Amino acid sequence: MLTAEEQNEINHELEHYPNKQAVCIDAMLIVQRHRGWVSDESIRDIAEFLGMSTADLDGVATFYNLIRRKPVGRHVALICDSISCWIMGCDRVRDQLCARLGAPLGGSTADGRFTLLPIVCLGACDRAPAIMIDDDLHTDLDEQRIDQILEQYR
Amino acid sequence: MTSERPLTGNLRPDGQAVDIAAYEQAGGYQGLRKALTLQPQDITDLVKQSNLRGRGGAGFPTGIKWSFVPMGDDAPHPKYLVCNADEMEPGTFKDRVLMEGDPHQLIEGMAVAAYAIQADIGYIFLRGEYRTSAQRLTFALNEARERGYLGQNILGSGYNFELHLHVSAGRYICGEETALLNALEGKRAHPRTKPPFPQVSGLFGKPTIVQNVETLCNIQHIVAKGPDWFRSLSLTEDGGTKLYGVSGKVNRPGLWELPLGTPLREILEEHAGGMRDGLEFRGLLPGGASTDFLVEEHLDTPMDYTQVQKAGSRLGTGTMVVLDSKTCPVGMVWNLEHFFAQESCGWCTPCWSGLAWTEKILLSMENGTAVPQDLDTLRFQTKFLGIGNTFCAFAPGAVEPLQSALKYFAADFERHVDEKRCPWR
Repeated sequence: MLTAEEQNEINHELEHYPNKQAVCIDAMLIVQRHRGWVSDESIRDIAEFLGMSTADLDGVATFYNLIRRKPVGRHVALICDSISCWIMGCDRVRDQLCARLGAPLGGSTADGRFTLLPIVCLGACDRAPAIMIDDDLHTDLDEQRIDQILEQYR
Repeated sequence: MTSERPLTGNLRPDGQAVDIAAYEQAGGYQGLRKALTLQPQDITDLVKQSNLRGRGGAGFPTGIKWSFVPMGDDAPHPKYLVCNADEMEPGTFKDRVLMEGDPHQLIEGMAVAAYAIQADIGYIFLRGEYRTSAQRLTFALNEARERGYLGQNILGSGYNFELHLHVSAGRYICGEETALLNALEGKRAHPRTKPPFPQVSGLFGKPTIVQNVETLCNIQHIVAKGPDWFRSLSLTEDGGTKLYGVSGKVNRPGLWELPLGTPLREILEEHAGGMRDGLEFRGLLPGGASTDFLVEEHLDTPMDYTQVQKAGSRLGTGTMVVLDSKTCPVGMVWNLEHFFAQESCGWCTPCWSGLAWTEKILLSMENGTAVPQDLDTLRFQTKFLGIGNTFCAFAPGAVEPLQSALKYFAADFERHVDEKRCPWR
């Protein structure tokens, strides 16, 4: 079941578009913001709310990498692996994050604190290497800075 | 000489957004006021005379694009104006600066452009990771609506334009304008067949113009100060300034608004401060991941659309990625093709299959397992994935850095095969 709050937010988006399917990506992002991910049940609920088939909606969901079809940790770290960050050492950033948190890229920590995911260019190339944790961009990373940053996300 | 910087001259040094009061004080929304006193066709003519070319990468003349939109009483409505704020070309970080620093500049540019094509509804299609841009644009959109710059009867003119923010959910292909329209319609972002072109049948089947953030930010300045002024900002025939960026191992990576046609050497040496100590310049991608490498012999190229093309590449987004002497060129191309193979939308076979194959070969070179025939296969792929063999421009763009790397760094590729290892490791 979609909550009243989720329904309100989806209805608000519907005012901006001429048909219901147009808001399906917004709707999935709204549900994800409240629940952390988009479950099979949520796909069914959103599809019903928007008059789409679940197969069509899941087809859209699985196209877009920022729609998560699996549960994630309390914090999600997106590690940029595109060209400027690669030149500036994003492999070291990835290895350090995986080692400190004890989770593989694409996986989560056992305590559910962090999920580590690769991401394409974050548009901070002049301050590479860069990562994004939740809504925050962190740039000019080195070993010391990464350890300090991780302390902010318990 | 102090050059004028219409796009960034007003940005705050502390990185916060220019608020509406400061924006108005600096002359903001005067371009819109003036536009609303003109005929829509007059604005398209001004933009044509300005020689403004699209700043998203393709460089299509903006005024000419608008002239394909059906106008007059018989034109289908609603018409749409879409801002492509899906900045995801690796190495590109210019639109973020404009949206975070001066969101009203984009909103005003869109309102003027919308009036020119008589659009009823607009969307800013923003990539999901740009959270700060989303917050600041949302705030600025509300300010603009409250002051009557958007919505019904804008500034008493009788013209109506609603502008909404759409936050996207990822995938590089959304930057392709017809794929972007599918994404806005809540579909998988596959590109569409052209024709029909979006100007005639675009979003929800209605006439639609899609423009990049930087392009739109220029429009009100052209209307306020005129096409002659705009052309005079540039060192070449293409009008205006350009946001040029440099990343990689230079002394001062950054972004600068400079006259269009500023020579490459000046950008690299004066603005980016040259290479870091102990490193030599080997080449660069002039305008993001999908542009051909330029090398030493091209350093005196004026960075405009025509001259960069003559040098064998494209101006693209104008944000450059520098290859230094301690970074492996084959590894760099592997990283680029890894990105393109991952981001291929899967619609046409040459692209999804060919790019994955290409990436695999490059990785085998890095791992020391490549064989001599692999070099021939890579050369074949640059033709097989070229223009005319794929559904959209994605794969031809993807092989641009590969084809030029095979030309300029041929000896490095051969060493990987001969020595059965990456010499940089």
